[in-house]
Amino acid sequence: MTLTTPETGARRAPADDPVLEIRNLSVDYGYDDDPVHVLRDVSLTLGRGEVLGLAGESGCGKSTLAYAATRLLPPPGLITGGEVLFTGRDGRKTDILRLDDQSLRESRWQDLAIVFQGAMNSLSPVYRIGRQIADGILAHRPGMSKADAMARAAEMLELVGISPDRLRSYPHQLSGGMRQRVMIAMALALEPQVLIMDEPTTALDVVMQRQIVEQIAELRDRLGFSVIFITHDVSLLIEIADRIAIMYAGEIVEDAASLDVYQRPRHPYSSALLHSFPPLRGPRRELTGIPGSPPDLAKLGGGCHFRDRCAFAWDACAALAPRLTAPDVADDDPRRTTACLRHEPERVAAAGFEAKPVPAELAG
Amino acid sequence: MTSLRIPGPDRPDAPTGAPGDVVLQAVDLRKHFKLKGLGSRDVVHAVDDVNFELRRGRVLALVGESGSGKSTIARLLAQLMPLTGGSIRLHGEDAAVRNRRSFRRYVGRVQMIFQDPFGSLNPVHPVRHILTRSIRIHRGRLRGAELEEALVELLDRVQLKPAERYIEKYPHELSGGQRQRVAIARALAADPEVLLADEPISMLDVSIRLGILNLLQDLRDRLHIAILYITHDIASARYFADRTMVMYAGRIVESGDSESVTQDPKHPYTQLLVRSAPDPDDLEARARGARGEAPSLVKPPSGCRFNPRCPFATDLCRTEVPPLISVGDEREAACWGYSDRPDRPVLAPAGRGAERIETEGGAA
Repeated sequence: MTLTTPETGARRAPADDPVLEIRNLSVDYGYDDDPVHVLRDVSLTLGRGEVLGLAGESGCGKSTLAYAATRLLPPPGLITGGEVLFTGRDGRKTDILRLDDQSLRESRWQDLAIVFQGAMNSLSPVYRIGRQIADGILAHRPGMSKADAMARAAEMLELVGISPDRLRSYPHQLSGGMRQRVMIAMALALEPQVLIMDEPTTALDVVMQRQIVEQIAELRDRLGFSVIFITHDVSLLIEIADRIAIMYAGEIVEDAASLDVYQRPRHPYSSALLHSFPPLRGPRRELTGIPGSPPDLAKLGGGCHFRDRCAFAWDACAALAPRLTAPDVADDDPRRTTACLRHEPERVAAAGFEAKPVPAELAG
Repeated sequence: MTSLRIPGPDRPDAPTGAPGDVVLQAVDLRKHFKLKGLGSRDVVHAVDDVNFELRRGRVLALVGESGSGKSTIARLLAQLMPLTGGSIRLHGEDAAVRNRRSFRRYVGRVQMIFQDPFGSLNPVHPVRHILTRSIRIHRGRLRGAELEEALVELLDRVQLKPAERYIEKYPHELSGGQRQRVAIARALAADPEVLLADEPISMLDVSIRLGILNLLQDLRDRLHIAILYITHDIASARYFADRTMVMYAGRIVESGDSESVTQDPKHPYTQLLVRSAPDPDDLEARARGARGEAPSLVKPPSGCRFNPRCPFATDLCRTEVPPLISVGDEREAACWGYSDRPDRPVLAPAGRGAERIETEGGAA
């Protein structure tokens, strides 16, 4: 059940067999003449069987990215460009953003399921949980009998470690951790290939968080689905995710294998994020935190959006917008990318600025 | 120390002692909530037999999972609800409030900060009104320049500088961290000796949390306020608190200085808690197969309340409540394993490598 150790083969090359490819996705908030560009040309690939972590401060677009990719974005969110390619088990590719209503309805839950933030409150308080799970199954399997759907619901509950006699319980009779697991059972009922989890453990205490995370890991190994795990807790991601994408101000600033992010962060923001958690173990280290707060997305200028809070910014950062490129560090995993001008000396020099080397803190 | 003790009622009854002096004492604190229902005699045993002391210029952390009674203790100490048993002592004298006037006097010395800065500030009033009201209640009717000076000093104290920028703002115009700072400023307006901070950072963004903790640390060091820091995040207790108390199902199970409680936990529950926290440095040595949930507090397990989940539990643990037993320098743990009774349970060594095996036997 070890997820993150390379020996288990969990580190599959993400690009080889993608199940979900987000390409140049852009999202605006607001319909007026002056919308806020919340996501700008975000590209992300999820490999089959992979657990991808999405981390960043609140308001950086993590949830927006997940909801836009599933077309669940509530107004005034508007997808203005890009495509989201889903590859089915038979190898057929469909663009989720261009599905008609009927096929979208069929695709949801079946291909791609989502466990919402605050899932503890996503269950209806007036129906028994068995019926809530069975309802979802029946909507997608019209031919199925109610009894069969109930049996399937019982099976799902067992899968997440809840006794099937709880089928007749109401949500208020379950603890927070159990309700969260009921939500996971519902999401997995139709054997989706992609499971998106938006802060699934934030409201739980650590012991329960550990149980849920282990359960997801175990189910992933057994059923072989892929997971996008959204959280702000980077240390948790390092344990469960194969790969981590760090977002800042609506853009991905670093995308690398999870241990690489932890041990060898290449972007100043990833490094700062890692240093804002007090460690429970090891020597007490000085915590730096991140000065300032995330930028107002309505007032973004050019250049790097992190520069005001960055210890390594210089005049080039105000003029040039960094691109996601391979880090300028020898012997790095060639698949990892980061968006920082320190890793793009040629471009900086070509634009007429003094090229600065990668600081030692980000090249270790 | 630039004092906040500008105008305001003199307090001959408030001795200003040296750091380390006991300010507020909880003695055999007990709170049972009656369950609703006709003829129902069941009670929720939210807090039982809790003893501790808050000292000048020291931070005491209270750690536990949700539902363990942490917040109930904060509310009892703030005298927001009556005690079922035990007493609260302020400078050694019984501080039970009997009427409105004695309550006002009490809250002038013991202030509380709530978890949710979005809910604890009235959205229809600007910062000026929120703080002025608190100043007027606790320091008498200040006016004009005097009031202005007090407001600026308060905002300065919580590092909202320059004060003009924030004073006319409404809560919705502030970020979460700024709002929490205003809530802290409001508490400081009373010039309290004790601050009860109920999960002050758990609703805030990761990058802001550190700032709030550092602010509280600054208040402790400069104003010598005694702080009760309630959290479910034991890592932040290690970073911020001088002493840590661990609570389980309404009882204190372990206490000691923060560093030893987190690095060398004695009680099996604390051990489970510490091992459950994500640890990116050592992906192998973590709690596996930890199962079970906190018990019902309506009919708590007899004996040690952790016994259904404890891998070492014996008949002794199931019948008799363990007292807090001294387990080292100013450290206590409520576990029979540390007693000298012949029928005591045998605890496995608390070395980190051996721990994984222990929990696998722990079934609920």
